[in-house]
Amino acid sequence: MMASAARPVDPEGRAARFIALVEHETTHDRLVWGMRQNRDKAAAGVPDWEKLRDLASQIKEHTLSHLDEYLEQFERNATKLGTQVHWARDAEEHNTIVHDILSKHGVKSLIKSKSMLQEECGMTPFLQRRGIEVTESDLGERIQQLSHEPPSHIVVPAIHKLRSDVATLFAQDLGTDPKNSDPHYLAEAMRENARPRFLEAGAGMTGANFAIAETGGFVVCTNEGNADIGASVPPLHIASIGIEKLIPRASDLGIFLRMLSRSALGSPLTQYTSHFHGPRHGGELHVVLVDHTRSDRLGSPDFWHALKCIRCGACMNTCPVYRRSGGLSYGATYAGPIGVILDPGFDLDKYRELPFHSSLCGSCTQVCPVKIDISDQIYKWRRVMAEKGLLKLSKKVGMSALGTTLSHSTLFHGGEAVGESAIAYLPRFLLYNSLNPWGKHRELPTPPKQTFRQWYIANRRKA
Amino acid sequence: MNAREAILAAVKKNRPTPVVPLPDVYEPPWEGTLINLGYKEHFARLPEVAHPHGPNESLIPHFREQLEAMGGRSFEVANAAEANKKLADLFPNAKVVCSAVPEIPGTRRVENVADPHELSDVDVGVVRSTLGVGEAGAVWLTQAELVVNALGVLSQHLIVLLDPKAIVETMHDAYRQIDLTRSPYGLFMAGPSATGDIEGVIIHGAQGARSLTVLFLAPAAN
Repeated sequence: MMASAARPVDPEGRAARFIALVEHETTHDRLVWGMRQNRDKAAAGVPDWEKLRDLASQIKEHTLSHLDEYLEQFERNATKLGTQVHWARDAEEHNTIVHDILSKHGVKSLIKSKSMLQEECGMTPFLQRRGIEVTESDLGERIQQLSHEPPSHIVVPAIHKLRSDVATLFAQDLGTDPKNSDPHYLAEAMRENARPRFLEAGAGMTGANFAIAETGGFVVCTNEGNADIGASVPPLHIASIGIEKLIPRASDLGIFLRMLSRSALGSPLTQYTSHFHGPRHGGELHVVLVDHTRSDRLGSPDFWHALKCIRCGACMNTCPVYRRSGGLSYGATYAGPIGVILDPGFDLDKYRELPFHSSLCGSCTQVCPVKIDISDQIYKWRRVMAEKGLLKLSKKVGMSALGTTLSHSTLFHGGEAVGESAIAYLPRFLLYNSLNPWGKHRELPTPPKQTFRQWYIANRRKA
Repeated sequence: MNAREAILAAVKKNRPTPVVPLPDVYEPPWEGTLINLGYKEHFARLPEVAHPHGPNESLIPHFREQLEAMGGRSFEVANAAEANKKLADLFPNAKVVCSAVPEIPGTRRVENVADPHELSDVDVGVVRSTLGVGEAGAVWLTQAELVVNALGVLSQHLIVLLDPKAIVETMHDAYRQIDLTRSPYGLFMAGPSATGDIEGVIIHGAQGARSLTVLFLAPAAN
C-alpha cells in the first residue's frame, strides 16, 4: 500500500457542505433512490435472479483463484486476433504505455469514454501535461471534466449536480444560453460539441467491463454509444483493463450482462453492449492490462472479494450515507460503499476516515449482484485503521473506554446502569460536544427506570 | 523482471484459497424474464404480477414491448417495397441514406465507403441484424453486417431489418448462438443512444443514433 503525503480526506466535513445545499441533497437522494427502486423491479422480473447472483459470484471467485492462468489465456487469444497486449504494474506504467502509443502515432487529441481505471491512474492530467488534448465523451463525465471534479458516481458521474449547475457550466464552456436549463437542450449542445471532436481525434480510448479469456476479446457497456464512436471512427483504439475484469468464457457474459444494468439503472441491458475482438477493418487495437494494487489485494483474505466488483453502482444507490452526503464527500476515485472498501487499498492514510462514513446497515451487501461482503469489509477496514493507529482522537478516546468496559462484565453491568441514569442527569454538553459527532442531529432515548438486566434479576431469576 | 512477469508472479503467489470450481452456466433451466419489465418511465405501466413465457408463446410481442421500453420502435413490413416505403414515411427529409442491405438501395452504399469519417453526414443508416433478444429488445450487429462499424453510431437515425424468427428470449440464449471471435466488432443495441446524466432525465440521441427502428423482414431466399 502506498504512503501518502496528502492529508486525510474529511468525509464528514465534505458531507456537511453537501447537505447544506438543501435542493442538491434532496434531489440527489430522490434520483439515486429512484435507481435503487428501478433495480428492485428489474431484479424481480428475472425469476432466476438469486441463481444468477450465486453463479456470478462463483465465476468471479473461480477466475480470481486462477487469475494468472486466465490472464495468460486472454493474452494468447487476444494476440492471435491481432490485438497488441501491454502490461502495467501501476498507474505510472499505464500512463507511460498509453502516452508512448499515442506519441508513436503522432496523436494530438484523444476522445475517451468513461473508465474508472483511467480515473484511478490519473491518466487525463498525465496526458494533458504532455500536450495531448483529452475529451471525455460521456455526458456526465464531460460535465465533471469541465467542472474539474472527479465523478461522484460510477454510473452517473454528475448525479450530484442540478440542471441549473449544468446550464451555468455549459454557458461558460460551450457557449449555451445560461438561462436555458432544459436537459434536452443541454444534451444536444454536448452532442454538437462532441461530434467534431470524435471526427478529429487521433485515437479513441475505452475501459472494459469484461475481458474474456477463451476468446481474447473484451466488452464495453455504455448507454450513449460513445465508446463505440471512439472505437470505430479514429484509426487507433486503446483499452485499459484492470486484471480483475477477466471472465473465463463468452457464455459467462449472459450471467453478468443480465444483472449489470438491471442492478445499475433497472434497464434490462445497457443501450450498447459492445464486443471487441481484434482490430476493426483498417484500425489498430491495443489493450493495457493493469495491476495497480490488485495483485496485493488478491493476497488479502479479508479484502480480495472486492475484486469481484462489476462496477454497477447498486451499493451506492442503496446506501443511506451515500445518498445523503453525495459522491464527492468521499474525496476519492470510488465513492459509496464500494469506494469505502476499495480506496484504502490505494492509500491507507489518506482514506483512513472512509470506513467510518457508513452506518453498517448492510443494504449494500444485499443488493450486490456478485455477492461481495461489502459491509463486513467496511467493518474490517475500521479494525485495520484501529490497529494501525489511524483513528481520530475522538474515536480513540471513546473506543478505548468502551473497549475496556465491554471486556469486563462487572464494569459493563455497572456502567450500563450508570450510563442510563447518567443520560437522565448529566448535563447535555457531556453527550453533545464536539468530540462526539454522533450526537449531532440525534437525541438519546428517554432512559428506562431499570436496565434489562436489573429487570431480569428482579422478575425472572426467581421463577 | 518485466511488468508482465512481475504481475503474473504476484497474482500466482497471491491466489486465494480454497479454489472455487467453475460452475456450468447452461445447466439450470433458465426461466427467462417476466413480461413487461423494462426501462425507467416504463416502470409506471408495470402490472403487479406478470408471467414468464410459455414454451410455444411468440417472442415478438415481448421483444417489441422491451424495445419500446428502451426507446426504440418496430414495424411489420411484408416485403422490401414496404420497407422502402416505411423508411420514406418515417424520414421524409433524409438526404443521405447509407444502406448495408440489399433490400434498401439508399443514396449511398456502405460497401463504397472507404473511411468511417465519410459517414459523418449520414441521416439514416440501414443494416440487418441476425439476432434479436426478447428480454432487452436488443439487436445484434457485427462488422459483417455493418461493413463499416461507424455506420451503427454515426448515422443520426438507424433502421435495422430483423427476421422475426431470429428472436431468442434471454442473453443466455443469445450467447449460445453467436461466435464472438468471428468478427472484430459485435454490438447488442437495445434502443437508441440514451443518457440520464442530467437529473436522471432520459434523453435519446446522446452521442450515437437518435432513434432506432426495427423492421421485421426475413431476408430474401437465396
